[in-house]
Amino acid sequence: MAVAALLTTASIAACGDSGDSSEGAAKTLTYWASNQGASIEFDKQTLQPELDKFEQQTGIKVNVEVVPWSDLLNRLLAAATSGKGPDVVNIGNTWSASLQATNALVPFDDATLAKVGGKDRFVPAALAAAGAPGKPPAAVPLYSLAYALYYNKKMFTDAGVTTPPTTWEELVETGKKLTKSGQWGLAVEGANPSENSHHAFTFGQQWGGEWFDSAGKPTFDTPQNVAAVKRYIDLMAVDKIVNPSNAEYAQNQSVADFANRKAAMLLWQAAGSNFKAQGMSPEEWGIAPVPFPATTPPGGKKVNSMVAGINMAVFKHTENLDGSLEFVKFMTSDAEQVILNKTYGSLPSVKTANADPAFQAPEQKVLGEVLGTTAAPLPQVPEESQFETLVGTAMKELFADAAGGKPVTEAQVKEKLGVAQQKMGS
Amino acid sequence: MATTTAPGPVRPAGRPAQDGPPSRRKRRTVRRSYLPYLLLVPAALLELGIHVVPMLVGVWMSLLELTQFHIRDWSTAPFAGFENYRVTFDFDSATGKDLLHSFWVTALYTTLSVGFSWMLGLAAAVFLQRPFKGRALLRTLFLTPYALPVYTAVITWTFMFQRDTGLVNHALDQLGLIDGANPPFWLIGENSFVALLIVSVWKSWPFAFLCLMAGLQNVPPELYEASAIDGANFWRRLRDVTLPMLRPVNQVLLLVLFLWTFNDFNTPYVLFGGSAPRQADLISIHIYQSSFVTWNFGLGSAMSVALLLFLLVVTAVYLLVTNRRREHA
Repeated sequence: MAVAALLTTASIAACGDSGDSSEGAAKTLTYWASNQGASIEFDKQTLQPELDKFEQQTGIKVNVEVVPWSDLLNRLLAAATSGKGPDVVNIGNTWSASLQATNALVPFDDATLAKVGGKDRFVPAALAAAGAPGKPPAAVPLYSLAYALYYNKKMFTDAGVTTPPTTWEELVETGKKLTKSGQWGLAVEGANPSENSHHAFTFGQQWGGEWFDSAGKPTFDTPQNVAAVKRYIDLMAVDKIVNPSNAEYAQNQSVADFANRKAAMLLWQAAGSNFKAQGMSPEEWGIAPVPFPATTPPGGKKVNSMVAGINMAVFKHTENLDGSLEFVKFMTSDAEQVILNKTYGSLPSVKTANADPAFQAPEQKVLGEVLGTTAAPLPQVPEESQFETLVGTAMKELFADAAGGKPVTEAQVKEKLGVAQQKMGS
Repeated sequence: MATTTAPGPVRPAGRPAQDGPPSRRKRRTVRRSYLPYLLLVPAALLELGIHVVPMLVGVWMSLLELTQFHIRDWSTAPFAGFENYRVTFDFDSATGKDLLHSFWVTALYTTLSVGFSWMLGLAAAVFLQRPFKGRALLRTLFLTPYALPVYTAVITWTFMFQRDTGLVNHALDQLGLIDGANPPFWLIGENSFVALLIVSVWKSWPFAFLCLMAGLQNVPPELYEASAIDGANFWRRLRDVTLPMLRPVNQVLLLVLFLWTFNDFNTPYVLFGGSAPRQADLISIHIYQSSFVTWNFGLGSAMSVALLLFLLVVTAVYLLVTNRRREHA
């Protein structure tokens, strides 16, 4: 009995996800797509016509499964462990170095890159976020994204605010004007570790902090990082421009709050198509780059977004490597890049597709400018995904404290980040 | 089973008397003595494949430095000896301290959840013991949580516990029990433990109810009649007739509930979306976090093995004590 009951835990790590197998069916590929649109169903409907085109061209059938973000990393890990599962996958580009370390992905050396159109096709910043420096990339970029500040135009006008804030001080001031009954200045995704950690990175850069030193060792609880994280949490704890309820948001409720006019501002990546799906017309919102501190802290960098994006990788265990690479080539072709990025509101990862008028809309222009000038890649170290979860979870706890009315002090932030750092070493 | 067959002096037709040839008799005996083992083979093989082998693999993993660099090919993982266990039991380090905290949370959670589930189950079973109109309906209703898929049920609870839009706060507000302008959180902070406990009891008590109801069917009505004649009231009957008669059921029921609750993974995982608040950080989800989140499967396995040993010891002691008590009784 004890044995039976214990297995749940004792063998968690031992059990691999069986997933779909591609064995014996070289003319069929299994593709795990990440969830880019407003819903899984939306993504399936978006991708299927393209996959049909690919089948017509090559005779290779692609079975797609759209995996929610909450499961994707676990599923990839299981596939890497068991050597079974999909042939081609989408990965969050920040995981590239972590997954590269498992040695389960096909490295895109020059010869392999040549098979998908060559290295020079890709936007250099996006390709740089596809693996550790000095190694062949573990993936190629598929969709490019950046963070921006979305704001509700009508709420701004009603409050007499004419231009979007460019500094955090202005954002707080504006947020206070916009916070009134049933309406909040800003919405955050406080219980989502990934979102939290992305902001930790950007704020950290602005406050002169680094999360890993040059040797790849974690440096979480430096004064710069503590100040950076505290600045972000204080938007709720001190400035009170964020609804305390946001501390339990982890299913994109902050996007829904913005689209439903419960919040006036939102920091997000390519949210336009999502707003539209939730019934908010493009005329209602404006977009601006993420703010900076009014006075740059010592060592602070001019960075206001991570180089965000989705990469496409091929598992070494595929039985149809050529077909898989053919599929990657297809998905990164000019025509597909235009169609898919247009639908998702993201930016093409290949230079030639960026000229398309579809990417000259205000939202894409801002995202493109940020990517081209003030975005930096998250540290490309094998422990990156642990950083996201540990620091992101620490911030979730800090938000929970702030929401519960407890003061969030520098010492507490330092302690939480310190504990997270210790866990990296164990 | 054989003991309940037809009584009387009739000799079973298929059974030869002592008059058969000796060799045939011997073969028969041999065949019969092998048969039970033969029938056990499928179960034993499945038990090995599903339980024992993965467990041994878990033990082996706990001795390796199994991180993301080695999960693709375990043979490359360096042998770590008892290093993972040292980290697990180093209660001064962040990892050990958090594990110990999680252990105490789980112990409290298990005690309260099993206690409440058992009490609710007993109360419902006792009150539904005598037939009355609507009894079948109530029985069915009480068993609903047990019949629902765990994930669906817990997701529904997650919606209900949401601070701004959840049913729980809405109902409490309507009753005037909370300040509607500043409603409490249930899924983060201190209340998360209470929320977890509520869902757990809601989920487990029907099982206690079912077992105890079955157990009560075996209590002879004469015992109640006799005690009623002796003037025993309800509580006296409960204490001196019902509970002693339910002892064998309780022995198994409490053990099973304890093991299920202590190892409960689905409830916190679905309720809190993978990263539980510190106040409700149950051990199974803590181990999951320690292995999957930090990609340190060796450490996660070491914690699992420690948990396995702990539960084995608890189970052994429990069975020893309860069996001895029954022998003395």
